[in-house]
Amino acid sequence: MNPGKILLVEDNPDDVALTIRALKSHNITNDVIVAQDGVQALDYLFGPDGGPGAEELPAVILLDLKLPKVNGMQVLQRIRAAERTRLLPVVILTSSDEERDVIEGYSLGANSYVRKPVDFVEFTEAARQLGLYWLLMNRAPPTPRKL
Amino acid sequence: MSLRDWPIKQKLTAMLLLISGLVLLLTSAAFVTYQVVAFRQTTLKNLATLGRVIAANSTASLAFANQADAREILSALKAEPHVVAAALYDKDGRLFSRYPADLPRDSLSAAPARDGYRFEQGHVIGVEAVAEVGSTRLGTLYLRSDMKAVSRTLWLSAGIAAGVMAISLLAAYLLAAVLQGWISQPILTLAETATAISTRQDYSVRAPKLGEDELGTLTDAFNQMLDRIGDQNRALKASEEELRRYAGELEQRVAERTHELEERNEALRRNAAELAASNTELDAFAYSVSHDLRAPLRSIDGFSQVLLEDYAARLDEAGRDSLQRVRAATQRMGTLIDDLLKLARVTRAEMRTEAVDLSGMAQDIAAELQRTTPARQVEFAIAPGLGARGDPRLLRVALDNLLRNSWKYTAKQAQPRIEFASIQVNGTRAFMVRDNGAGFDMKYADKLFGVFQRLHSASEFEGTGVGLATVRRIITRHGGRTWAEGAVGQGATFYFTL
Repeated sequence: MNPGKILLVEDNPDDVALTIRALKSHNITNDVIVAQDGVQALDYLFGPDGGPGAEELPAVILLDLKLPKVNGMQVLQRIRAAERTRLLPVVILTSSDEERDVIEGYSLGANSYVRKPVDFVEFTEAARQLGLYWLLMNRAPPTPRKL
Repeated sequence: MSLRDWPIKQKLTAMLLLISGLVLLLTSAAFVTYQVVAFRQTTLKNLATLGRVIAANSTASLAFANQADAREILSALKAEPHVVAAALYDKDGRLFSRYPADLPRDSLSAAPARDGYRFEQGHVIGVEAVAEVGSTRLGTLYLRSDMKAVSRTLWLSAGIAAGVMAISLLAAYLLAAVLQGWISQPILTLAETATAISTRQDYSVRAPKLGEDELGTLTDAFNQMLDRIGDQNRALKASEEELRRYAGELEQRVAERTHELEERNEALRRNAAELAASNTELDAFAYSVSHDLRAPLRSIDGFSQVLLEDYAARLDEAGRDSLQRVRAATQRMGTLIDDLLKLARVTRAEMRTEAVDLSGMAQDIAAELQRTTPARQVEFAIAPGLGARGDPRLLRVALDNLLRNSWKYTAKQAQPRIEFASIQVNGTRAFMVRDNGAGFDMKYADKLFGVFQRLHSASEFEGTGVGLATVRRIITRHGGRTWAEGAVGQGATFYFTL
């Protein structure tokens, strides 16, 4: 299994728990780093207050849209604007499939848009497929080491 | 002032004077002429008589050549002052005697002129033969009388004529001045009346009638004309009044209507603003629902499932059943939220009008339904070539809801059949989706299109009661109409116009 990490940007602890459970239940054992809002996510990637970010970039980011402080779209914008992260696979994983969100997400360079199903069985299946696809099947772009 | 512009009084007077003056002039001229002619003849006759008397008296003096006698005879002419000269010539034509005695010889002709009495060079001349009765001629008498008498007569007659003329003209003038009134008075009265009417605009004034002549007829005609003008004026005023009233009413009505319109416009503006506000609110609400309402459901469902998976051993059958019910309810809630969001989306979505192939759309939907549930055998009868103008995405949602509805309610039918066609309803084209499914009671036909209105229990047929509400919303947004016909157990037909 690809040793890459998963960055889960999610403010709802229930969703965090359920997502991790869904991933684990399908033997996706990769590290899951949880950011509870946009600021934490950006801090993780770019380092707090302009400081150094994570040594290693995640293999995929699962990004919720409705977040406190800095919302998902703004996070995505920052990711695509920075040289180091602009190729990073970002999957929007959110409750809504409002058309304007879908359009905006793809416009800002999201690689995928997945709506979280209410049915946990379906949710688990979605998580499984996401993990399989992005961690196993997908060839990630080369992640530049931190300078 | 031109003659034409004289007042009629003066014209009439002048006319009368002119005529009587002319008549008088002619009469006077005839009178004077007659006087003069008559007097001249009398003068000639008188002179002849005198001449014959003197000639008779002179025969002796001439026969005896007695000049003294002759002079005496001639001097008797003193009694006739108008005889200014006389002479006697002997039988040889020599001047024998003259009168008056101091008359210069050269004022008389040397020889006697031919016999006769005549007017000559402003005098009356008489030449008479002097002879014994029945014997030879003894000489010639010459008489010359002046014309003073004649001219006096002339002047006298002229004076009389002038006097008569003057008096007559004066009388004529006075009479004319009085009599012209017969003609001019009615005309002047008419003229005054006409002036009064035209200045005061008072058509009730009538010209007084002064006789039964042509002017009387004219006055009558004038008064009748005034009657008619008065009538017409009254009629005109009445219609003017009416017109003014109408105009006033019209103005008032326009003002009222304008006011109403303004109020209605204001209300519309308010409504539009409210609508815009509530649309914005709805938008925010839907967005929020879409994100926030589903998250707790996911937790409920998710952790119920966790319980079922991880703690199945510690739960008895009733516990597991309860958790299953929790999950089912949660998922139903999820579907409800999704359907509601779809309905909201249909309301909010921007309309884009273009030609839509409804038949093709229906075919696609039918194929999709068959694909998702291949076990079911449903006969679709879709009329070809049906099209309309509208928003393709919204119309697809509407058609999908209708066909899916029929699909659902024919589930318990042995030979399910779903038809899509168009018919004419009161001259308008209507589309219809007909099925031979469960149908419904027409009593509840109104409820069919309401949100969350269901005529069947969830255990009979699943559903949230949003589908047909969505259809109605879409058709209404297209300016169309939706209605349904059906009977329990005999299928249902859903109609819509675009």
